[in-house]
Amino acid sequence: MQNPEAERTRVFSRRLALLGGAQVLLFGVLGARLHHLQVREAPAFALRADNNRISQRLLTPARGRILDRNGIALADNEPFYRVRIVRERVSDVEAILDALAELIPITPQQRLDALERARSHRAFVPVVVRNDLTWEEVATLAVRSPELPGVMLDSGLVRRYAFGPEFAHVLGYVGPPNERDLQNDPDPLLRVPDQRIGRSGIEGRYDALLRGKAGLLQMEVNVVGREIRELQRRPGVAGRDVELTIHKELQRYAHRRIASELSASAVILDVETGEVLAMASVPGFEPGAFTNGVSHRQWNEWRDDPRAPLVNKALSGIYPPGSTFKMITGLAAMEAGIVDARSTYFCPGHLTLGTARFHCWRPGGHGSMAMVQALAQSCDVYFYEAGRRVGIDAITAMANRFGLGVSTGIDLPSERTGLMPTRAWKEASIGERWQPGDSVVASIGQGYLTSTPLQLAVMTARMCNGGYAVSPWLARPVPGDGRELIPAPKMDIAEHHLKLMKDGMYEAVNGSRGTARSQRLLSEHDKMGGKTGTSQVRRITRAERAAGLHRRQDRPWRDRHHALFVGYAPYERPRYAVSVVVEHGGSGSAAAAPIARDLLQKALDLDPSGPRLSAEGASPKRLTAMVDAG
Amino acid sequence: MRVEPAAHLLQLPDKLARVSWVYVLILALIGLVGYAMLYSAAGSSHQPWAWRHAVRLAMGLSAMIVVAMIDPRVWFRYAYVLYAGAFAALVAVELMGSYAKGAQRWIDLGFVQLQPSELMKIAVVLALARYFHGATLQDVGRPLYLVPPALLVVAPSILVLGQPDLGTAVTLLAVGGTLFFLAGVRWWKFALIFGAAVAAVPVIWQALHDYQRQRVLTFLDPEADPLGAGYHIIQSKIALGSGGLWGRGFGQGSQSQLSFLPEKQTDFIFTMLAEEHGLVGAAVVLTLYLAVFLLGLLYAARTRSQFGRLVAAGVSMMFFLYVVINVAMVTGLIPVVGVPLPLISYGGTAMMTVLIGCGLVLGIDVHRDLYMKRFPVDDV
Repeated sequence: MQNPEAERTRVFSRRLALLGGAQVLLFGVLGARLHHLQVREAPAFALRADNNRISQRLLTPARGRILDRNGIALADNEPFYRVRIVRERVSDVEAILDALAELIPITPQQRLDALERARSHRAFVPVVVRNDLTWEEVATLAVRSPELPGVMLDSGLVRRYAFGPEFAHVLGYVGPPNERDLQNDPDPLLRVPDQRIGRSGIEGRYDALLRGKAGLLQMEVNVVGREIRELQRRPGVAGRDVELTIHKELQRYAHRRIASELSASAVILDVETGEVLAMASVPGFEPGAFTNGVSHRQWNEWRDDPRAPLVNKALSGIYPPGSTFKMITGLAAMEAGIVDARSTYFCPGHLTLGTARFHCWRPGGHGSMAMVQALAQSCDVYFYEAGRRVGIDAITAMANRFGLGVSTGIDLPSERTGLMPTRAWKEASIGERWQPGDSVVASIGQGYLTSTPLQLAVMTARMCNGGYAVSPWLARPVPGDGRELIPAPKMDIAEHHLKLMKDGMYEAVNGSRGTARSQRLLSEHDKMGGKTGTSQVRRITRAERAAGLHRRQDRPWRDRHHALFVGYAPYERPRYAVSVVVEHGGSGSAAAAPIARDLLQKALDLDPSGPRLSAEGASPKRLTAMVDAG
Repeated sequence: MRVEPAAHLLQLPDKLARVSWVYVLILALIGLVGYAMLYSAAGSSHQPWAWRHAVRLAMGLSAMIVVAMIDPRVWFRYAYVLYAGAFAALVAVELMGSYAKGAQRWIDLGFVQLQPSELMKIAVVLALARYFHGATLQDVGRPLYLVPPALLVVAPSILVLGQPDLGTAVTLLAVGGTLFFLAGVRWWKFALIFGAAVAAVPVIWQALHDYQRQRVLTFLDPEADPLGAGYHIIQSKIALGSGGLWGRGFGQGSQSQLSFLPEKQTDFIFTMLAEEHGLVGAAVVLTLYLAVFLLGLLYAARTRSQFGRLVAAGVSMMFFLYVVINVAMVTGLIPVVGVPLPLISYGGTAMMTVLIGCGLVLGIDVHRDLYMKRFPVDDV
């Protein structure tokens, strides 16, 4: 029996020797690994040649262009030249800026910005001194480059929007990726300095398509970093062009036509295909301003403007549809069998329901009215009666079938659905039961109802194309983007009912007593139809009505009525549907109808949808809707 | 001729005379290599790294000598207190630590950032050494006797893993295992634990953070994502490969100098060294390190007290693991876990841990003839 202490020491020593052996062995493994990497595998890295090295960088694909329906570029890329400095490689940033300033003009602000950037970025990150060099300046700097260590010249592509604000809302814009983008999107391209990401509009919606995929370039470079030869190139995937349904001329015209208004929007659709031919919203903004990040001041200015210049009001602006909604009420009543073409209601200028009195816009009343006349003259009482009898359920259901209160599915972000109220909705959100009076107000498109100009255009298109549920779309599907065009489903609505709506709209424009009779098209063979709408922003008080104040145009802008108009042309075989909303424009017939007439006239003149189909040779295949396949 | 006093009566001059200066010299040499590499990494400049590294090195070496002067019985006495303090600090970072690089590792004391997991590396060695100091082979043969020391190792490891800091957790476990081994725990027990660990791999995989899984997957096939997760390791290998046998010369490493190599001044500094000075330079530095470790084991072998032997061997093992993990990482043998190369990488915490640890080793050697009773706490 040994001494326990000696035994323990013996075990310890033996095991310590084992440990030492293991350490030597592991270091042997490390040495072998280093030998393997540094001597045996070294040629595999193709780096044996003295003073040559590999530089690896991402090849950033050019962003895809956005084209109009005729292939005209609405958004493309143009080259720019800039000068940058790398702090790590210059001994004195201030001195190098002085040296640069002797060669090219540098404003004090640019100098300050460059110093600030050089301070705040890591030493090896190139920071921009000037972004907008002319070709002469590039040449000057290139010649002197040996004296300017750490100064880099390079060129890049910058997004160019040829038509500025005229297409800003449809196209959207590009901007630098922010922290959230970087977190949510693993694409290494976003980590490349100067890479831009699509933000709203088509740029945002089709960013993945437009962006393309990064390629990889390995260059052999020499001691001073000059590229000697290409070692490996893995091509990326170029950004795809996106072709829109927009007609450039019509869009520009539409924008300019409504630009005189403080705040307005307009949509022109092809009623057969759902193609959006023009979609304008004013005021606009300069999309190029976002490319390098917009300033806080500018951003706040846009954000706080009550006219919402950054918002595409054609699909994000929601307004009570007002009298443009009367076709829906009329169709609901007719489809339910409550009225027909000949049934009449008498309009004394108001409708009394219990203790409440609902006024017609025409104080003396319209007398006895049937459907077509009631639409032409926009008699409120006729639709009060029809709406009260058919009830809100049928009205809302009909509105939904025509695309109101539901998403149109257009391929643009931030579309709003507006609201077509139901009994359940009112109980859930207001906590009150649905009242008969609510139905009365709803039947002329007031009260809780809201819709977007795009929805109103879709409604008009479905009404005038023979009852096909076309849906609006902007970008032609490309294989693999998950969308396809299918024949538009036919809605189950009696043709003669639809024809009455069309006729009512025709009479509103062309009839002797129509609300928009002064707005008929100028040419003899093209007739248009349409419906005015004037929707209240604020409840009219009894006192105001008594004093006639509610029609005055000298009220504050924000309190004035919205002016709306929906229309179609030509009458015989409608091809174009238009909707115009002038925010606080006063009255539909005065403010919106003339614009709509001009837009339809322009559409007919430009004929963007190609040769008009003859009335009899209609091919149902032309009626299309866009769906997300799969 | 002067007669050396008995071990427990050594005075300061005696102690200084007994310091193993070759150990100090090698450590200083390694630190100077770090200084040179950081000078090169900054593009031949003392700023921003090399100068501060030199200052820290001088301070650290001085601190090491001071620590070496302290009687090991002091460490013995406060071993558990130190451990408790380190453990409390670990819990504290868990609760309120500041964030850095997605990992929560620091307590900000205002003037300095305290990294409790580094403190824990030394504390765990001291605590285990104290525990096993009085243990006979019969004691360590009883499984129940091993439960408290196992908890001393596993509890902080789990906390550190949760920070998450895989490298430190592995170091703690390996250092703890080494001390168990040296204390005489039977082979088959290690085999059993190892078997259980292998069985637990699928469970651990589930618990790993996404970034850690990504690192493991990238490690297996880094070329799959050359611009994302695999970038570090590919660039590191290219740099090593381009270094060759003799290297590209001081300040000439293109991978490092052109900033292809990420974190060249910290975790990947060994790559830069191997690029600029080749296999030969790398081998020289590795040999210096190995000399430090083997000296540490030698000191352990010639120390009289079990406590001292365990401390010297445990600290040497900790130091060894730093180097092995770092070099294995930059050469692509194991996943990138974020462990610096002590004395060469820029950064104060690891250097302090290692130099204080080496101070302990040196102190054990200075007092190697000290006899410590089984429970010597009251003797000090």
